[in-house]
Amino acid sequence: MTDVVMPQMGESIVEGTLTKWLKKAGDRVERDEPLFEISTDKVDTEIPSPAAGTLSEVLVEEGKTVGINTVLARIDESGGNGAGPAVAAKPAAAPAPSQPRAEAPVTPRVAPALPPEPAVQAEPSGPLSPLVRKMAREHSLDLSRIQGTGAGGRITKQDVERYLAQQQATPAAPPLAPAAQPPRVPPVQAPQAYVPPAASTPAKVRIEPMSTMRSKIAEHMVMSKRTSAHVTTIHRVDMTKVAKIRERQKEDFQARYGLTLTFLPFVTRAAVEGLRAFPIVNASIEGNNILYHNEINIGMAVALENGLIVPVIRHADEKNVLGLQRAIVDLAARARSRQLKPDEVQGGTFSITNFGSFGSVIGTPVINQPQVAILGVGVVEKMPVVIDDAIAIRSTCFLSLTFDHRLIDGAVADQFTGKVKSVLENWSEEVL
Amino acid sequence: MRRCEWRDLGRAEYGEAFERQRRLVDQRKQGAIGDQFLVVEHPHTITLGRNGKLENLLARDEVLARAGVAFHHTDRGGDITYHGPGQIVGYPILDLREWKRDVVAYVRAVEQVIIDALADFGLAGERVPGMTGVWVNGAKIAAIGVHISRWVTSHGFALNVATDLSYFQYIVPCGLAKPVASMAALGVNASRKQVIERLVFHFGRVFDTEMSASGANIECGELIYD
Repeated sequence: MTDVVMPQMGESIVEGTLTKWLKKAGDRVERDEPLFEISTDKVDTEIPSPAAGTLSEVLVEEGKTVGINTVLARIDESGGNGAGPAVAAKPAAAPAPSQPRAEAPVTPRVAPALPPEPAVQAEPSGPLSPLVRKMAREHSLDLSRIQGTGAGGRITKQDVERYLAQQQATPAAPPLAPAAQPPRVPPVQAPQAYVPPAASTPAKVRIEPMSTMRSKIAEHMVMSKRTSAHVTTIHRVDMTKVAKIRERQKEDFQARYGLTLTFLPFVTRAAVEGLRAFPIVNASIEGNNILYHNEINIGMAVALENGLIVPVIRHADEKNVLGLQRAIVDLAARARSRQLKPDEVQGGTFSITNFGSFGSVIGTPVINQPQVAILGVGVVEKMPVVIDDAIAIRSTCFLSLTFDHRLIDGAVADQFTGKVKSVLENWSEEVL
Repeated sequence: MRRCEWRDLGRAEYGEAFERQRRLVDQRKQGAIGDQFLVVEHPHTITLGRNGKLENLLARDEVLARAGVAFHHTDRGGDITYHGPGQIVGYPILDLREWKRDVVAYVRAVEQVIIDALADFGLAGERVPGMTGVWVNGAKIAAIGVHISRWVTSHGFALNVATDLSYFQYIVPCGLAKPVASMAALGVNASRKQVIERLVFHFGRVFDTEMSASGANIECGELIYD
């Protein structure tokens, strides 16, 4: 028998994650044939077999992180198939998400003379059979307290039964309490100091404090819903004319300005026309007063990796499609690289959110306070449409306007959206 | 002194560059060739490492297809990442037995090459413990993912020079919800050629090897930006 151990892939390395068995128990392997793969710090390494023979036992499942020199498998070099392969762990089975994890660092049972293991090593590093895992889960056992008597110090079914019997005999040492549900933190509250669960609590959830951005978004969304009377109206817009212009001029636009021409600047330009015609949509409420903004500053919702930010295109009414496209690209890029200046995310008087870029057809956005309306842009798609009792294929999209019914009534909201729709459907401005 | 041949493949599809790497890795394992350092630029591509989680891909297939982004499963370490125009992808094919038999030291050395090259352009790249890659002001500018077989390395790093960062919206890069950066977004107007020159220089220094340009280098470093 040859032990297959977790190799040391460098001086400072004390553990590795077994990511994939390339052979299964019972398979014949040749010396130096790739046997399994491990992962350490963004490096995947294929490990060749140390011997030729039959892979008789697989002791560590895929996905497990174990210390170096831990025995992972055994190879029977006799070549005979006398003793059938003892399959200790199903290699393909991923660890069940609800599986209790003993959080206390555990003394490895198999590997002698290991360097100290970091505390993140959450599981007993010895191999465990699925049956033992199941028993541990059912009885909420901390496996590190159980003395293994099986091969290589493994915990067997008998060990668990013996331990359970002992526990019943000595009630002073009760089995571990099940995980306490962490308190639900309402999103409006500021993030609270993170209290790690007790060391031996089996974790059913992963607790992570909200980022500052996340808690601000949470606070703002709930505040907005509490402040405004949200109503959403949806208009279908025929984008065929705009789509044709865009298709025709995309290459020249790219060549001349180095920018990809998208639908968004067209919609923004149309929204500006709507805001000019219906100043109440470009307003806010202060006490019992209505503030009509003389500037049209349009916020553009930009999705970040872990949040959302709404940088503002100032004086959007002074920009043409080119200027709007340039501003959108610039603000979005700098939003994603966190290079926005504070005044670039303030002073918006109206907002646009382009959820169509993620494939959404219709959305009902939340108003960006203290504004009173936000326009959501769905994906532009070709759809069958009835025109003069004939079916035509047209590029269409849905525009959703969420408005604050405290200030804006449905008729005005629909007139505004109708104006935006009309500008888009009858596009007449030069783009280049 | 050890020697390392480097070459710029220019723009190459991910699958094509992968096949080329695989052939070189085989030859390197057999000792038929020495160490290699390939530089390449991929068209819009999202790749998922062996241990990557598909949930870190935020866009559906049809959204990717519409955006012209290819998708590949691959055998490097690390989670999900994006490759595209404006990014320098480096694939070192080294036999670590001739350097150090230490995969972590290797990754740290690759980070050092990038940090030193960035410093030449006035950018302070740094490491963040537990998050492999190179970071500037908390934003990731270079991602690393490596595969090793019999101590021969493949895959490598991707450095954002003038990458269109909006493409990162489709993924959670490396499974980490952290911002991404590029040299251009940080105000450095460097050409692909200039950056490659510094990367090659520091690669030779950090790995203590003599870099020689392979005859196959193409001279289109400036042309392949979209």
